[in-house]
Formats: sequence, C-alpha cells, structure tokens
Amino acid sequence: MDRLYFDVAHLFAGGLVLMSFVLLYQDRLSGLINVFTIHAVVLSLSVGWQAYAQHASHLYVTAAIAVIFKALIIPLSLQNMIERMGIHREVEVVGSIGVTMLLGIALVALSLAVILPATAAADPLAREDIAFALSVVLLGLLMMVTRRNAVSQIIGFMSLENGLILAATGAKGMPLVVEISVAFSVLIAFIVIGIFLFRIRERFDTVDVQELDRVRGQSR
Amino acid sequence: MTLGNPDLASLLLVIPGVSALVLAALPGYRRSAQINVAASGLTFLSAGSLLFQRPVPGLYLFVDDLNIVFVVLSTFIGFTTSAFSASYIEHEIATGKLAPAYVRFYHAIYQALMFAMNLALLANNIGLMWVAVEVATLTTVVMVGIYRTPEALEAAWKYFILGSVGIALALFGTILVYMSAQPVLGEGNDAMVWTSLMHRAASFSPRLLNVAFVFLMLGYGTKVGLAPMHAWLPDAHAEGPTPISAVLSGLLLNVALYAVLRFKMLLAVNAAAISPGPLMVTLGLVSLIFAGFMLYRRDDIKRLFAYSSIEHMGIITFAFGMGGPLANFAGLLHMTMHSLTKSAIFFAVGHVAQVKGTQKIAKISGLTESHPLIGWGLVAGVMAIAGLPPLGIFMSEFLVVSSTFARQPLLAIPLVFGLLVAFGALLMRLIEMAFGEATGRSDKIEASMVPLFAHLSLVLLAGLYLPPHLVAWFQNVARLLG
Repeated sequence: MDRLYFDVAHLFAGGLVLMSFVLLYQDRLSGLINVFTIHAVVLSLSVGWQAYAQHASHLYVTAAIAVIFKALIIPLSLQNMIERMGIHREVEVVGSIGVTMLLGIALVALSLAVILPATAAADPLAREDIAFALSVVLLGLLMMVTRRNAVSQIIGFMSLENGLILAATGAKGMPLVVEISVAFSVLIAFIVIGIFLFRIRERFDTVDVQELDRVRGQSR
Repeated sequence: MTLGNPDLASLLLVIPGVSALVLAALPGYRRSAQINVAASGLTFLSAGSLLFQRPVPGLYLFVDDLNIVFVVLSTFIGFTTSAFSASYIEHEIATGKLAPAYVRFYHAIYQALMFAMNLALLANNIGLMWVAVEVATLTTVVMVGIYRTPEALEAAWKYFILGSVGIALALFGTILVYMSAQPVLGEGNDAMVWTSLMHRAASFSPRLLNVAFVFLMLGYGTKVGLAPMHAWLPDAHAEGPTPISAVLSGLLLNVALYAVLRFKMLLAVNAAAISPGPLMVTLGLVSLIFAGFMLYRRDDIKRLFAYSSIEHMGIITFAFGMGGPLANFAGLLHMTMHSLTKSAIFFAVGHVAQVKGTQKIAKISGLTESHPLIGWGLVAGVMAIAGLPPLGIFMSEFLVVSSTFARQPLLAIPLVFGLLVAFGALLMRLIEMAFGEATGRSDKIEASMVPLFAHLSLVLLAGLYLPPHLVAWFQNVARLLG
C-alpha cells in the first residue's frame, strides 16, 4: 500500500484526537459548539479519505452525513437553542484543566497500549486508526464525566460517537457502517433536540440554568 | 435474504412493526389498548409456532435453540404486560396523570419496543443486533420520561446518558469482533453473521477477541444493569409507567444478557482466548452483594424491586459465568423464573401505587387488609422473588448454589451471603407493606389480576414440577452455552 494512504489517514485520525483535546478545555458553550463543528469536519475528511483509499463508495455517504448533519445542522440548532435559552455566554466550570489534560493523555496512552499489541495481525491501516478511535472514544467519555451541563454532555457524546464512526470506517469492508451512522444520527437528533430540551423548555416557563441543572440528573 | 420471505421469524417483526404504525395513527385510547393486547398476543402466538417449525437461518435473521427460549419468554411477558397495561393506563387517564395524546404515543412506542427486542434476539448479524439494542434503548428512554415530571426527566436523562455510553462501548467491541473475523472470513457481511462467526471463531485472533469481549461485557453489561454500571436502572424503573418497569426488568435486561451470552459462546469456541467466566462471575457477585445491601436503604417501592432486579441479574450472570451444563441450566431457569416473577411483582406494585397514590414504602401498610387481592398477590410475588420454597426461584437458586458448591465451594460463600442479605431486606419491607393496620389513602380500583396470577401460577408450577420436555430443552441449550 502507498505510504501516502497511511500518512493522510493518520493525519486526519490524529487531527480528530487533537480536536478532542481542544474540546476538553472549552469553557464556553458557543466555543464548544464551534470546536465540535471542526471535529465533525475532520471526521468527514477522514471518512472521505477512507472511502477513497478503500474504494468503498458507500463511505462517502457516511462522510456526507458527518458534514451535513454534524457539522451544519446540529451545531446550528444547538447554537440557536442555547441562545434562546440565554445560556450561550455561560462560563462552565470544567474543573482543573491541567488535571483533565493529563488524564486525557493517560487515556490516549492506555488506548495505544491496549490496541496496538492486540491488533498485531490486523491490517496496519486499520490498526492505528482503531487506536486513535479508541482515544477519541475515551476522551469523549472523559468529557461527559467532567461536564455538568446537558448541552456539553451531548457534545461529549457526539465526539465519542465520532470516534466510533472513525473505528467503523477504519475496519476495512465493514458492512452496515452507513446504517450505523444513520442510527446514531437518529439517536442524537431524536432524543437530544426533539424530546429533552424541548420538554425541559415546555415544562419550565422560565428556562434558567438552575432549573436545567436540577433536571439534568447531576444534582443528587 | 430472509427478510423478503414470509416466514415465521419475520412475522415476529412485522406484527409489532405494523401495529406500532397503526397505533401511532389511531386516536382513542381504549381501542389502542385493545389493539396493543391483540398485537402482542399475535406476536406471542407466532413465537410459539417457531417451536414447531423453524425457519432456515438467513443473512439477517435466524432462530436456534438459544434465542428461541428468549423469544418465547419475551413475547409471552410482552403479551401479559400489555393486558396489565390496559387496566393500568385506564386508571392513569382517569386520575389525569397521563393525557390521552400521550397514551396514543405510549402504545405506539410499546409496540416499537417489542419490535426492537425481537429484532435483537433474532438478528443473525452482530451489527444488526447492536442497532436493535440501540433502538430498544431509545424507545425505553422516551417511555421513562413520559410523565414529564422533573424526576421522570432526570431519570430519562440519566438513562439516556448511561445507556448511550453502554451501547457506544458495545459498538466498539462489535467493530473489534469484525476486525478479528475479517482476515479469516474476508471483507463484508460474512464477518458479521453469527452463524459463520461461530463456525470459524477458532481461527480468529485471540488477543483482539479478548479486548473486544471486555468492551462488549462492559457495554451490554451496562444494559443488563450490572454493578457498577447500574446507576440508570433504579431511576428508570421508578419514574416510568409501571408496565414499562415490568418490561424493562422482565425483558430488556434479558435481551442485553442474551447479547453477552452470544459473545461468550464465540469466545468459548476460540481456545486461545481468555475464558469470559471469571469476568462474569466477578461482575455477577459484585452486583448481587451490592444490590443486597442497597435493598435495605430503599424507601420507594419501585426502586426496591429495581434493586432486586440488579441482584437477580447478578445471580444469572454469575451462573452463566460459572458455565458447565448444570450452572447454565440453573442460569436459564433462574432467568425465566425471574422474568415471570418480577413482572408479576411490578403488576402488583403498579396497582398498589395507584390505590395508595404514592410509591413511598413508609406510606404503604396493611395492604392485605385493605386490598386483599392485590395485597396477597404482592405477598406471593415477593415470597417467590425472595426464593422461598416451593416456588420456582427457590428451585433455580438452589441449583445455582449447589452447582457452585460442587465446583468452587469458596465462591458459594459470597453467593449464599448475598442471597441471604437480599432475602432479609425483601421480607422486612414486605411485612411493613402487606400487614399491620391499613393507613393513608385507599382508592378503589378495577385491577386486572389475571396477568399477575398467570405468572405466579407458572412460577409455582415450575417449582413443583418441571415438564420433562422443558428440562430436555433447557439442558440442550445449556450444553450449547458451554
């Protein structure tokens, strides 16, 4: 296989890990949403490259979903939502950034240590992609744990899910990838925008963060 | 492609799928409740017919000795729960807790949930199975939040977050399984189809399978409700409508467990892979003992029985983790008995909460006096779930304990300890609620007691006499599980 294939694939996968780190220390919601947009764009570039390298035209669909849905529709509607709720200027307490970053680095090291020896026999392109993908998944988990706000938890979950899509497209010839990415998009769209925030808005006439905080399941 | 053929397995998907659409379109809650019962009944009948005529495995769906147990059990409980749900929902509308518009939605989602669970059980493809479990999670999240109180939304949110993380980890495991199969089976669908995976698993990369199983166990284990990933379960049970609590405990936990078992079988075929047993035994014991102690501190009746579900899923996971024909048999029997008993208890609890207007244990007393039928139903159910003879759970717990004693006597000590702890807690709470002087509110209710007593008599019957057919069938499945 061509060296270029590896290098470009690694560039994008590594870029995704980098963006996950950038997400970790965003303390403003609108900044968080902007970084997530870049996250989604990098994912779609990576998926698009895999589609080209593997000659798998169906992966272009996944890449298109990533751009249109995750880099356009979701960020725009989240932005709109937080502005309407008046929490777009909110500064979130993220905890100590230094500790979070160190934890993130440890997680990346962990995923490399777990995946690389286990996949010694597998296709080298897939192998390192999977290691990067696991890092993105774990960083997404870390973000969900450290955040207290519903919107940032959703963004953490979406970045985690981007890692999964990266893994699924990296596994050569895996069927159902498009279906899985659609299923995920449905999950996010359906639950996130449709039900929860809508209901929270409907339930409490004043949409202040205090109320949202109480409902979100963290305040026990 | 089996999906195109009009065989019996696809009927199990078509009936709930179509009814979900019909129910979403139809106004009028009485009629939709009837349609819901009828559709669930039909699904159960077609599941029963699978016992006699088994379709050939297709690319997407298949029926074998293992999943047929789960399918028959879950369609049966789906059917009885729909009957209970009809009377439960009627009362909820009468008291104004649910608006009719939401009931329409509720029935449609109920059938969608049945569809997703049947799909997860019948799927012959690890990717399809994952999608089905995800859909099942989604539908139950919506159901849990249906009362729209702050507590219900909080529970639904917690369930959504933890459930999503669980299924995300499971997907990662699924991808790793595919990667381990891909060099052997080639690219494409074959490397995700159960029937071909099982054939060739011996030559997969064992190290990759090991890593995959850890993710799958943690991912699907979250949905089984194993400690320490259980945090969503009590809230989801307590805040949703009671029929959904019955379905969650009786069916959805089993579906997730089924996924774990399938992957365990896959690893068992590969001699070089780790044996999944110790991981399952540990998670099972931790859940059992943890839940046993948590039972003492519950003040909400539905949370109490939710923790009891964690406890029993722990026992079942423990039994399957031990492995071997006897322990697997005990695990299967215990799973069946637990599903039947726990859903029966939730039927009783649903009516208890309705007549008392509260779920707080402290405000419930003297049930056997004020509502003899519901009260004694609850007593019988709790005695069954606590494992008193001659009921079915006593028998299956006895089998789990004795098979553990025979093979790993040291493991039997924490097992028996956990069982006794839980036993004490359940009995203590039961006496508080069922006997003594009746206080507080006590409304009249037209409860349908048929589903409850149907389940309990099955449990009693299983405790007294297991038909040889059933024994032979379960033994066969137990051998399959390895």
